[in-house]
Amino acid sequence: MHVLSIDRSIIDAIVAHARRDHPDEACGVVAGPVGSDTPTRHIPMDNAARSMTFYEFDSMEHLRVWREMDDRDEEPVVIYHSHTATEAYPSRTDVSFAGEPGAHYLLVSTREPDSEEIRSFRIVDGVVTEEPVRIVEAAVDPHAVQSYMFGQSPATVDYECSGR
Amino acid sequence: MAIEVRIPTILRSYTGGAKVVDGAGDTLGDLLTDLDSRHAGLRGRLVTEAGALHRFVNVYVNDEDVRFLGALDAKLSDGDSVTILPAVAGGAFGFAAAAAISQHAVAAR
Repeated sequence: MHVLSIDRSIIDAIVAHARRDHPDEACGVVAGPVGSDTPTRHIPMDNAARSMTFYEFDSMEHLRVWREMDDRDEEPVVIYHSHTATEAYPSRTDVSFAGEPGAHYLLVSTREPDSEEIRSFRIVDGVVTEEPVRIVEAAVDPHAVQSYMFGQSPATVDYECSGR
Repeated sequence: MAIEVRIPTILRSYTGGAKVVDGAGDTLGDLLTDLDSRHAGLRGRLVTEAGALHRFVNVYVNDEDVRFLGALDAKLSDGDSVTILPAVAGGAFGFAAAAAISQHAVAAR
């Protein structure tokens, strides 16, 4: 089973981006070395659609960021976006557009003002598989890890209740 | 006339896993037809049955989005580099327009 392991500081930056753009959807990438499955470089992207219900990378920024990753031997380990009024679960639209079978699709819901729901999925050939998110507290102790084990059913798990 | 074409991960099944392939053509449309002769099915992932470039596929000639260069009529020259990137898009609701377009994208797979 796949797991997304991601540094606390990156999750915090993604949540801050999602909060900043709320009520519009926010989107971005976390790049990491090719083949490492380790997200290391957070790249917030513009939502060219500037919409509460849709996101799309700006085509020129997309090209620039993908080239930069290529030059650095990186790949998009995480592709994230926010849902601002619904749960953090891929919509039919998300599934239809998912074009990076190797990526972790991270969704953040900002519908609650005081807590975020953060969930991760693989989307391959139209099939959605949820995976646990392990948030690594690198700043404190690289070996200290909190696991957020989400079930395969789309039951809502409150991020704030998991010991943050 | 050789034009370098960069293929995204999701379309490398058509190129035997190759990340970069060479092609030829005076326009983007010609290039895609040329590529399809060696990588059958690739063109169908990029061009609709009506003969237009898919809305949610980005194609660039060097540093320019082909939508600003005439789309499939974009002129190509020897040594140009063409990059194909599937749009990164989605969102909370499958509202009518997005649903219609995305269904089209799925049908093209």
